[in-house]
This record gives sequence, C-alpha cells and structure tokens, in this order.
Amino acid sequence: MTKKAASIDMTAMCDVAFLLLTFFILTATAKVPEALPVDTPASTVQTKLPESDLATITIGKGKIFYDLKGREVRKKALELMGQKYGIVFSEEEKAGFALMEGVGVPVTGLKQLIAMKSADRNKPGVQPGIPKDSLDNQLKEWIYNSRIANIDVNDKELQIAIKGDAKEEYPAIKEVMDILQDQKINSFNLVTGFRKIEK
Amino acid sequence: MAELNTGDGDGGKGGKVRSKKQNSKVDLTAMVDLAFLLITFFMLTTTLSKPQSMDLGLPDKEDDKTKDKPIKVDENRTMTILLADNDKMVYYMGLLATPIAGPKDIAFGKDGIRKELLSRKKSVLAYSAGLGKPKNGIIVIIKPSKKSNYRNLVDILDEMAIADVPTYAIVNDFTPEEQKLLEGK
Repeated sequence: MTKKAASIDMTAMCDVAFLLLTFFILTATAKVPEALPVDTPASTVQTKLPESDLATITIGKGKIFYDLKGREVRKKALELMGQKYGIVFSEEEKAGFALMEGVGVPVTGLKQLIAMKSADRNKPGVQPGIPKDSLDNQLKEWIYNSRIANIDVNDKELQIAIKGDAKEEYPAIKEVMDILQDQKINSFNLVTGFRKIEK
Repeated sequence: MAELNTGDGDGGKGGKVRSKKQNSKVDLTAMVDLAFLLITFFMLTTTLSKPQSMDLGLPDKEDDKTKDKPIKVDENRTMTILLADNDKMVYYMGLLATPIAGPKDIAFGKDGIRKELLSRKKSVLAYSAGLGKPKNGIIVIIKPSKKSNYRNLVDILDEMAIADVPTYAIVNDFTPEEQKLLEGK
C-alpha cells in the first residue's frame, strides 16, 4: 500500500531538464580554435569582458590579429575597409567574414582567406598578421572603420581589448596603444587570465 | 525473460498483462540525474569561459609637445618603478638625484613590491596629513623599459589594483640616469 508513494512520476521533470539542456547547448557558442594562440598574463582583477561592441587586438609572436564581435558589425566594417582600399566584397564574402574569428592578413589577402576552409586558415604561415607600420597602417583603419560600423549598427561606442602574449616585449604593446591613442581611445581593456591574491 | 516476447500479444495467461503494465513505466531517476548534471555543466561553462579583463585608462596624448604642460607634483609623494628585463625592477622614491629611498632592486610578489607599496602608501598618507591635505595619496610612475615584457606590465598594474594605489601612470620616456640604472643590471 505504501508502494505507490515510493516512485514519483518523473516524466515532466525529465522533460523540463532536457528542454533546459537543449537550450544551454544551443546558446553555448562552440569554441573555435584561435588563429593566434596567446598565453595571457594573469591578474587578480575580476572584470569580465563585454559580450558585444568589442574589438580584440591579439598581439603575439610579433604578429597582430584583429577580431570583432557581432555579425552585422563585421559585415559593415568589411564593407568600409573595402571602400577604403578599393576592394569590392560580394555578399557571400561578407557573410563568410561575419562568421569568421580573428583575422591576421592584409586587406588584399582577405578575399583569399575568406575563400579558404576554416581548417586551412589556421595553418602556420597563412596569416602573417595585420600590417601596422606607419606607411601602411591597416590596423588603424580597421579600428577606425569598426568604430564607425559599430555606431552605425549598434549605436554604441566600440570597446577595445588588447590580448597580449605574456612574453611579448613592451614596445610591441606600446605600438598598439599608440595607435589607439592616436584615435583618442584612452581607455581600453587588457585581457588577462585569473589568479588568486597570495595572502 | 518473459518480457522479451510480450510483443506477440495476448496469447498467454492473465499474468502477462501485469508484467506489460509494469514495463510501461521506466525509471527516469538516472536520466534526470544525467540531464541536470549536463545542465549544470553547460550553465557553468558558458558563464565562466568569458575572459577576464583589466581596465586601463591612459592620459590624453598631445601630439604637439610644446602644448604639454609639465604637471608639478610633490616629489615626496612619487614612487617610480622601472621595469627591467628578466622580470626585474628597480624603484625609488622622490627624485633620482635626491632619492628618499632607493634606487633599489625589488622583486614581484607579496613580499617584494606589495609590501613596499603598502608601507610607502601609508607613509605618504601620513606625510600628506602633516601638510593638511590628507587626501593626497601616493603617485606611482611606472616606466617599462624596451626589454620588459607584457607580463611584467600586467603584474605591476595588478599590484596597483591590489594595493589600491590612487594615482598611477605609465610613462615611456627615460632619463639618461635611469637608463644607466637599468643597464647596470
């Protein structure tokens, strides 16, 4: 007689659990292998990076990669870059670029990079980094055009994060900071790992 | 064993009906356990994988050097930290020509720079209170040399955050004396 109470009907609970599970799996973004893996230094500061309106400049092994969040912003930024350097990108190329991760090629090599398979993009030697010297400062153009694109699409100012390799020498970081400061961006984020404060 | 061939219908005795009924109810406990375990996993990984970051504000850069006005600060409040290569650093208080303390080598970590920063911070506050301006805290000038790496810069900025230094700045120009000080390393 007490046997009835021993087992509860779990069907509904199971349904809810799997619904939530599906939701979390679908919203979780798959981690794409980074084009330029860097070992970020650790810090005790616990501010999280924003999810949107963010451009990440990755510095490592003497190369610079640029990443931008948001598909529409990426499309718009690519279009503006194309206008600046006289390259016309088709709709398919824009859509392809919107789905990509960080890029590290000069603008002239972008078409070729977009046409590649994602597995081939990360092969060594394919992406030489974005040029940033004074004669051909494409990093500056990228930042400038992304800011315009972000204001256009999201109506918000773009945040800049610098993700540097721990072993990278300071002048390389300073160069990027100077490029940012030339555009009156005086406040930005440094991407760091997490560590505890030693007591 | 009897359940395996219940599919062929009602050919058997009345007892078969009961066993069929029992079969229709699966024990879902383990399945629910697993589902919740996975939910927990996905919930935690989605929020925890966001990278940490550190805010950094730099002063306005003036292209025209002639417009730069030197800001006069009390040298008794300034501490200068020079970042050298190989994770070393040198610090001094006040002016290099007439230092209050140092120039001395110091290590990263809680027994090195952090201890020094905290004690200096206190003594500067006491000094400012003596002048009647108790709000004037320590000013730390960080000078990363060309040989220093990014990890050192983040480490020292982190120490600033830990020690809660009110004012700090990253300065890039070195005086010849400071250059000499670093070359001696």
